[in-house]
Amino acid sequence: MGNTAIRSFEDSIASLPATMEQVPAAEFEDAIASHLAEPAVGVSLPFEGVSLQGLPVTLSPTAEEVSAARTGITPASLAIGDYGSVVVGDRNDGAEPVSLFVNEHVAVVRASDVVESMSDAVGELGDEVRDGLQSAVVATGPSATADMGELVHGVHGPESVHVLLLSDR
Amino acid sequence: MSRRKQKADRINELLATEGDAVFENTQGFNSGRYASTAKLAKYEALKDEARTIKEDAIERLPVLIESVTETIEERGGTVYVAEDPTDANRYIREVVDDAGAESVVKSKSMTSEELEVNEALEADGVDVWETDLGEFVLQVADEAPSHLVAPAIHRSRDDIATLFNEYFELEEPLESAEELTRFARDYLGEHIKDADIGMTGANFVTADTGTVALVTSEGNARKTLASTDTHVTVAGIEKLIPTFEELQPFIELIGRSGTGQDITSYVSLFTPPLSISGLNFEANELVTETDRDFHLVLVDNGRWAMRDDDQLRETLYCIRCSACANSCANFQHVGGHAFGGETYTGGIATGWEAGVHGLDSAAGFNDLCTGCSRCVNACPVEIDIPWINTVVRDRLNRSGDDGQFDFLVDGLTPDEEPGRLDIQKRFFGNFATIAKLGSATAPLSNWLANRPVSRRIMERMVGVDRRRELPRFRSETFKQWFDARSSSVQSRTARPTGSTDAAGGGGSTTPPADREVLLYPDLYTNHVQIERGKAAVRLLEALGVPVTVPDVPSSGRAPLSQGMVATAREHAQGVLEAVRPHLRDGRDVVVLEPSDLAMFKREYKKLLPTEEFERLRDGSYEILEYVYGLVETDPDVAAALEATTPSNRLAYHSHCQQRTLRLESYTTTILERAGFDVVTSDVECCGMAGSFGYKREYYDLSMDVGAALRDQFAAEDDRRLVASGTSCIEQLDSLFERPTTHPVEVLAAHVVDE
Repeated sequence: MGNTAIRSFEDSIASLPATMEQVPAAEFEDAIASHLAEPAVGVSLPFEGVSLQGLPVTLSPTAEEVSAARTGITPASLAIGDYGSVVVGDRNDGAEPVSLFVNEHVAVVRASDVVESMSDAVGELGDEVRDGLQSAVVATGPSATADMGELVHGVHGPESVHVLLLSDR
Repeated sequence: MSRRKQKADRINELLATEGDAVFENTQGFNSGRYASTAKLAKYEALKDEARTIKEDAIERLPVLIESVTETIEERGGTVYVAEDPTDANRYIREVVDDAGAESVVKSKSMTSEELEVNEALEADGVDVWETDLGEFVLQVADEAPSHLVAPAIHRSRDDIATLFNEYFELEEPLESAEELTRFARDYLGEHIKDADIGMTGANFVTADTGTVALVTSEGNARKTLASTDTHVTVAGIEKLIPTFEELQPFIELIGRSGTGQDITSYVSLFTPPLSISGLNFEANELVTETDRDFHLVLVDNGRWAMRDDDQLRETLYCIRCSACANSCANFQHVGGHAFGGETYTGGIATGWEAGVHGLDSAAGFNDLCTGCSRCVNACPVEIDIPWINTVVRDRLNRSGDDGQFDFLVDGLTPDEEPGRLDIQKRFFGNFATIAKLGSATAPLSNWLANRPVSRRIMERMVGVDRRRELPRFRSETFKQWFDARSSSVQSRTARPTGSTDAAGGGGSTTPPADREVLLYPDLYTNHVQIERGKAAVRLLEALGVPVTVPDVPSSGRAPLSQGMVATAREHAQGVLEAVRPHLRDGRDVVVLEPSDLAMFKREYKKLLPTEEFERLRDGSYEILEYVYGLVETDPDVAAALEATTPSNRLAYHSHCQQRTLRLESYTTTILERAGFDVVTSDVECCGMAGSFGYKREYYDLSMDVGAALRDQFAAEDDRRLVASGTSCIEQLDSLFERPTTHPVEVLAAHVVDE
């Protein structure tokens, strides 16, 4: 945790086809509003002082709405400095499909949840899995394939990823 | 048509049709691996850790299976250990039938390829769709995977576009990779929506938490799980690791080792049965609480027997990352449709195929492993893949006839091998005998061997390709030259104190730090390339180190490369007997031929008692590694080396096994310190690989591999060519007009003569 991990996370994101920004909780709504492309679907965020209510984001979408959405907003429980990865756990809140079936995944993560290494992340995840977390994905950049003869971003999963780091959380 | 000709034709066909796509893709993966692992500070430590975890997991496999079964069944899932494909498929068909399912969507799984589960389900009238784009291409094309990770690696974008446009009768033809990807995504997206059952493989299954780890990039495995209510995960029993936390080194290594990515887009960690959110398209609902069925099918299919097999057990540590394929020069050129068996591809495929499908499935491609060892350092779980190939080759040599013809060859051949042994393997495996005879009867032997009629006979009988120039045996061997020279007063001949011979004449130089060298007269230096031996003696003596050339058998490299393990062990024991007293007297064993040094430093581990192996390993040096040591410890030696200012520009090709031993940089460093301007190649292997490039069925592949090396040096025509290995020198001689020499000759010429 701390500044080293965050700096390393920034570096890692810079080397990926992904983007990030850091905002304090008070500026969260503006940041999201200016970033998202509609239609957007989302999962309610478990972080103090931030909410998707009042934004043009459908919070209890249908299957077709998820599938047709351009933006999908979910919380991420961890971010990994060395890799630029976010960990998206599904807590029966729709996070797995909302982060997956959309064009762009926006992951919201607290600055205090940025860890430095894969070892740190796996350690924390192990505890969560033993506490009953059934599905978690370590997601690093957009979905990609080279199976069609060249590298293409955006296959079955999103074609872009944006990480919104809550700097004061 | 002869068997060898048929094989050559098949390889040529693949080189022409699939070679370019395979080469481009594997090169990309391989250079990505170098770049990505170089950034990982703890790379070697992580490999050690991964290796230890796998060793422990396979050791404790019965307990792990019990543990994962208990964990998953406690939560309401099912675990089934299937004996073989029939058993596994029967179980899966029942699951599908019980669910009343009409369609199954799959994410990529090599183990399901091993089972041929698609065919089994389709026979029941079930729709099966591969959702990984590479597998989808193969499903449409009705082909087998040509690579463990990128199954359609042999197909170019154009190929796939033509395939799709024709198969789906598209009015607007697809062209770009984006268009192809979008088409496949949409097409498969509909099938995923409608599917009843989601089937995945597993990269790892943790025994304590019952978590399945899936390493993917496309997101199809995630969608497959999110859109279906019944999940089947198919995994070999070797996929179990003890604890969740032990996933960490594998997550960090698998992408880097395989496709050269630090990490793939998604590492899914699901702990079934899942009651997580998903999409129900029929009801148009995002469902947050689901009640899914889960079945883990753990496949044995020969793996228990592999676990009990001291030689094949290591195969079970394999995480199917594909590093051994991508780092293999032969694979890079010909791909998995030649370098693979029924299911698996690349170097480790020999172990898998021998274990799960039987020796016969390994027989067709096992010879494509030349033992160059470039995969050894690339393997994230440190499997000795060349050794597995050698062992299987040995078993193939011995299989089939129960030794009924052994009496015919006993006493007639100088080896320890059975009568059934292929004549080509016997010929190359006994090269030491041929070389001795060749020198004894040179130049007649060379003249005779090179007569067109002889070459035709050799090609037909022994499978030595007539296009390959044969080594020219020298009538005076290096050892004979050295002995004749020592009997004059030029050099001091050191002998082991245990020997009855008195020490030879006094030398004129004082050895730095009292070191003495036992220069190993390898087969080629002794019979063919005797100049490099002479140069080594002159250089070492000029640097103040007395040299002895012992009477010692050949290292056993030749028989080992043909899978003649018993014969190779005989050679190893002979070398040890001859060298042991010198080692005891503190002499350093210096070796010119890297493939023989690799015997002393790597392969003898399997052939000699551990302590004896370690003593020889630790006391052996590559010639320029040794010179480097002298230069570093003695300022006078350094001065002697650096006194000259050669203007030579060199293009240096290191040797595959030398590079695996991490000894390449000594040569480049010494050459540069001596004032040479050096460029180096970075191809994994020259393509000759000992006898490989001489063989009728592999000559064209060998030359195709060599072409990559020729291309690298194409712009260096003002540079003198140097190479450390005999095979490399022979290959370079066939690729370039100008000759190639060993770096020690270049150095000796400057240090001694100027």
